[in-house]
Amino acid sequence: MLNRLFQEQKAPLIAIVLAAVVALSTIVIVPETQQAVVMRLGEPNRVINRFEPGMDFGNTGAGVTWRLPFAETVMRVDKRMLTVPMERQQVLSIDQQPLVVDAYARFRIIDPARMVRSAGSTDRVVLQLQPIFSSVLRQELGKRTFQSLLTAERGQAMINIRNNLDKQAREYGAQVVDVRIKSADLPDGTPLDSAFARMTAAKDTEATTIISQGQKNAQLIRADAQAQSAQIYANSFGKDPAFYDFWRAMQSYDATFSNQKNVGRSTILLSPDSDYLRQFRGKQ
Amino acid sequence: MQKSEAMPLLIPQALPITNAMKIISDAIAGARLAMAGRKSPWGSGNPGGGDGDGTPPPSGVDGAPEAPPEGPKEAPKGPRNPWLPPAGADEPRRSASIEDILRPRKGGGGGKGPGGFNFPPLPQRPDGKSWAKPAIIVALAIWLLWSTTHQLDSKQQGIVTTLGKYSRTVGPGISMTLPWPIETMAVEEVTSIRNDLIPTGEDEKLMLTSDQNLVNISYLVRWNIKDLKLYTYQLDKPNESVREVAEAAMRAAVAEVPLKDAMGGSGRQAIEGQVLRRMQQILDAYHSGIRILGVEIKKTDAPEKVIEAFQRVTAAQQNAQQEVTSARQWAQQVINQAQGNAAEFDKVYEQYKLAPEVTRRRLYYETMERVLSNNDKVILESGGVTPYLPLPEVRRVQPATPATPATPQGAQ
Repeated sequence: MLNRLFQEQKAPLIAIVLAAVVALSTIVIVPETQQAVVMRLGEPNRVINRFEPGMDFGNTGAGVTWRLPFAETVMRVDKRMLTVPMERQQVLSIDQQPLVVDAYARFRIIDPARMVRSAGSTDRVVLQLQPIFSSVLRQELGKRTFQSLLTAERGQAMINIRNNLDKQAREYGAQVVDVRIKSADLPDGTPLDSAFARMTAAKDTEATTIISQGQKNAQLIRADAQAQSAQIYANSFGKDPAFYDFWRAMQSYDATFSNQKNVGRSTILLSPDSDYLRQFRGKQ
Repeated sequence: MQKSEAMPLLIPQALPITNAMKIISDAIAGARLAMAGRKSPWGSGNPGGGDGDGTPPPSGVDGAPEAPPEGPKEAPKGPRNPWLPPAGADEPRRSASIEDILRPRKGGGGGKGPGGFNFPPLPQRPDGKSWAKPAIIVALAIWLLWSTTHQLDSKQQGIVTTLGKYSRTVGPGISMTLPWPIETMAVEEVTSIRNDLIPTGEDEKLMLTSDQNLVNISYLVRWNIKDLKLYTYQLDKPNESVREVAEAAMRAAVAEVPLKDAMGGSGRQAIEGQVLRRMQQILDAYHSGIRILGVEIKKTDAPEKVIEAFQRVTAAQQNAQQEVTSARQWAQQVINQAQGNAAEFDKVYEQYKLAPEVTRRRLYYETMERVLSNNDKVILESGGVTPYLPLPEVRRVQPATPATPATPQGAQ
């Protein structure tokens, strides 16, 4: 049936196929996310939808464009911001302390024609930039002390790294927008373990300090209470020391001799002359 | 016009039942005849070409006379009805090929025979016209409707591109675009909040603090899309970028505070605020179209290897706290006792002052009474008598202690 169809509809079918081929080979649709380099006989001829800062989407060159069939080919290049990841790598600070740094750089192809000539594709740009990135980063961070590595964002370091990387990236038609350190860790092994040991020691000191401080505080509180009670007693008993002596003696005798816990354990020798037995003797 | 082919009977299998009914009623006469025809599988199948049941076959029952326009090659075979063996040939029967099914029907009002572009043989309408045209129109209409109207819910926005070129951003509701190849719409959840928990796994994510201690922080970043156009076109991987920027911002913020602040309550809040500001700043510099709504630190832990030391500190704190508390208790007790004793003395002294001598003697006698009534007493005349303490007397008391039961020798 298809044969028959083809035979019957030869002319229109051929026309349709031809039109499709021509359309496919001349019409180029460039989406907003891409820049297109039209290569004429292998040489970049013109760039469509090239990135320009501040250009609003919809007014850029994206959309339908054309090319010469066969003579021109189209290379598509990402227009968006791309990332160069960096392998985690060890950086030695100027005070010889190692730090494992994980960073990324963001770049954008701003000269697609140059990029196509020098690298060919964005993936290869990334591959080319990666070693440059890590050496620039190592070099720049190696000038700093460990402490300032930790707060590298605050200083000039990241700007320097970006500028250095950018200089190299321009050769690939790329612009480095931003460089960030994602993580900066102590390397496994001795540095990490000694950090842990230091933290443990610091915490142990803290614990000991806290305990002794607690004991000190408790002692102070007790002393305070004793002083306070002494004052209370003095205020009260000081009114008549003689009576206090008598009264306290009575309490003390009670506590000592008539204690319910050891009834009858004492033998008391009394002299008939004792004051208690004064009336016992029957004399006035 | 004859419904000479049995073909229509095959079609209903692939068509809705209502259509099938129409087709059947429409084609019933011819079909019945065809079935009864000499080539019908239900017929006698008389190879001689005679009619099995004597019904006179309508002319051109096997369609052969009408076939020629289909091409000279096929003319002798006639339509290849799978149910009917080829006319006058001993070719082996074969099942219906796609060509058989797609063969354009003859005589259909819409089909127009060999001249025009042939669509698959659709069933005929009651007035004899082809279903092809209405079907195509319906399909086109559905296609148009489907690719031109878009309904977005309240959280969504769509980006319309005209042949790759950004055209407009449409909000929630129903909106129209040109049909598919010309305009396309990419729909994205815009206002709904996305949550990114960092780090994702259970792994420790240790960060260095400014005093070179390590802290394990996990946090949540909440964000949504501020500008869909920028979000779509500026970054190659916007969602990953959010995570990366969050990591960089969090690391930078933690590196600026000592461990105590990173783990403590108020320091935490400061870090959250700083990370949020920093992230927004970086993402704005990327023109990412992303809005950071919040950064929440879920937990800050000491690294696993030193967590014991941290726990020791916590224990020490509790220990110290407990020590202080018990000292306070004791102090309270001592003071209360002092106050009580002093108050007692004061009261008694007040009365004593009123009648000192009597009170003094009364207290003396009462105390002596209690003391002497509870103990053994010996009254010794002074002078003349040598005080002698018999040892058994002393020993006698010893067994009287409640700890040891009374023993016989104690009674001596």
